[in-house]
Amino acid sequence: MDNKGLVTNRLTFSYEDSRLFTFPDITCDPGGHCILMGPSGCGKTTLLHLIAGLLKPRSGDIIIDETNLTGLSGGQTDAFRGRHIGIVFQKPLFIPWLTAYENVQIACYLNNKEAIRPEILGLLASLQLEGKDTSKPAQLSQGELQRLSIARAMVNKPALILADEPTSSLDDVNCEKAIGILKEQAAAVGGMLLIVTHDKRLLDHFSNILFL
Amino acid sequence: MNIVQLNNKHIKAKFLSFFFNVLLFAGGITVISFIFLVSSNLEKQMNKNAAGVDLVVGAKGSPLQLVLSGLYHVDNPTGNIDYSEALKLTENPLIKRAVPLALGDNFKGFRIIGTEHSYVDLYKGNLQEGDLWKGNFEATIGQKVAEKAGLKIGDTFAGVHGFIEQGGHAHNDHTYRVTGIFEPTGTVLDQLILTNIESVWEIHAHHHHGDEHDDDSHSHDGEEAGHDHHEYEAEALEHDGHEHEHEHDEAHGPGGGKEITLMLLQYTNPMGAMTLPRLINSSTNMQAAAPAMEINRLYALMGVGVESLNVIAAFIIIISAFSIFISLINSLKERKYELALIRAMGGSRGKLFSLILLEGLSIAVAGYVLGFLLSRTAVWMLSRYTESNYHYAPREWVTANDAYLLVVSLGIGLLSALIPALKAMQTPISKTLSE
Repeated sequence: MDNKGLVTNRLTFSYEDSRLFTFPDITCDPGGHCILMGPSGCGKTTLLHLIAGLLKPRSGDIIIDETNLTGLSGGQTDAFRGRHIGIVFQKPLFIPWLTAYENVQIACYLNNKEAIRPEILGLLASLQLEGKDTSKPAQLSQGELQRLSIARAMVNKPALILADEPTSSLDDVNCEKAIGILKEQAAAVGGMLLIVTHDKRLLDHFSNILFL
Repeated sequence: MNIVQLNNKHIKAKFLSFFFNVLLFAGGITVISFIFLVSSNLEKQMNKNAAGVDLVVGAKGSPLQLVLSGLYHVDNPTGNIDYSEALKLTENPLIKRAVPLALGDNFKGFRIIGTEHSYVDLYKGNLQEGDLWKGNFEATIGQKVAEKAGLKIGDTFAGVHGFIEQGGHAHNDHTYRVTGIFEPTGTVLDQLILTNIESVWEIHAHHHHGDEHDDDSHSHDGEEAGHDHHEYEAEALEHDGHEHEHEHDEAHGPGGGKEITLMLLQYTNPMGAMTLPRLINSSTNMQAAAPAMEINRLYALMGVGVESLNVIAAFIIIISAFSIFISLINSLKERKYELALIRAMGGSRGKLFSLILLEGLSIAVAGYVLGFLLSRTAVWMLSRYTESNYHYAPREWVTANDAYLLVVSLGIGLLSALIPALKAMQTPISKTLSE
């Protein structure tokens, strides 16, 4: 089996004393796209958090770029996630007392990477956030926040970009736009793009589709 | 951006809550630091002013009063003693040095002391300019006197009866001439005007010839100035036969010998402490008081007050520790998203732990610094008052206690932030982020 890219193997997970989730195996080539589709409550976000190392699976393996995530300690998982995985959350969450620029910058700092100012400003510009770098999250619109969230996920040039329902609250035009941006940015950093969603509109845009 | 900058930005964003925590913490530190500073300065100053004097001999009365008036020049003297009787004491081989002091007047609140040159040696005083007094009505003055009263060599001034500026009437008919100024010594010497005993005698002997009415009126003035009865005792120097309360005054009528206010003694060996005080107290009309004992008694009296202030300050600090604890714990609820986010972006549990701990420490350090400054300001303001009234001015602004207090502050900051920091570490990332 080719372990480059993303491979999950017989993943199971259960929250304390509740039913067991069994997930289908996922395979995604380096630089490829993959979309996980399923109704609400089927464990999409759980699977995303398992792949991100935010949750520990009960059994099975998650292999990203030849590293088996399940074999790493807590601290190693944090470090691996920071360096190799970028996450776009369902809700745009930010540190409210930092500016837009600093919210991106902190992702570098937390992984002991040097934040290069022109690079971050360039990234913000490519997401139409030019001139918003000194604004606080509370001063930005929903669309701007989502693009900022993408910028933060991309800044460390991750091998894998995870996006949780990135389009659920957007109209058709903005949905198209968001997908375009995600694909474009993922291509720019050469990372895989894994989207979990229940939004049927995305089906047309991706070939590698997995139904939960 | 590092964790310290991150902390600073957070403090800036939540400045009000930070500020109130700092203020509360600073309150406790200020009180404790103030007490430390004052008591350590007081003790050092007291020891310096004691100048190795083992025994103060003066008129019967309160021994503490005798020591305070004779050595520290704070209180009024207990009365006068017969000079010849005091001189007899000095024949005792256990006495190494005896310095007679005649008090009674002041100039602008600085006491004029009639004494001998050996008094200067007690305080290791050196002349800054000029010479020691030689003849009558020549005066050598302390550095603070020169500075505050604006006296220079060659200047003349007239003493005022009593120990406070507005107290008695001026001896305008006799003026002193400044012959020398001492270097600053950091002792009570800086605040004194020294002259020979004969000058003091002459001023007050002259008074003796003044009419009865004049004396009456000015002792009355003293009473009106709110001065206690000791004011009168200084007048015993006048040999004017006034009716005084103390029996020793009666013993020395107008025809008696020369009188002095008190005598400072140093022993040749510790044996002196065993025999001399008892000898003097039982076989003479005079009283002997050991400064070391009297000052210890004074500390014991003040101790209760200092102790209760310390307890109050400790209480304030404990409350502020709880306040830091509560506000950090509360802030976790509102900060849980950003904490989970920091983890999701690759931050370790250790980062969250140190971020919260750092906030607790920041409050403690800022509180300490503010308390340090506030206590110094308080001591400085107090010193402006005490310097002129009690000849007490703090000379030390930083003591070892400050380092000790800093360590305690850091400890309190760490302790009160420890549980919140541990709780922050346990923030469930997945659950928080998917809420």
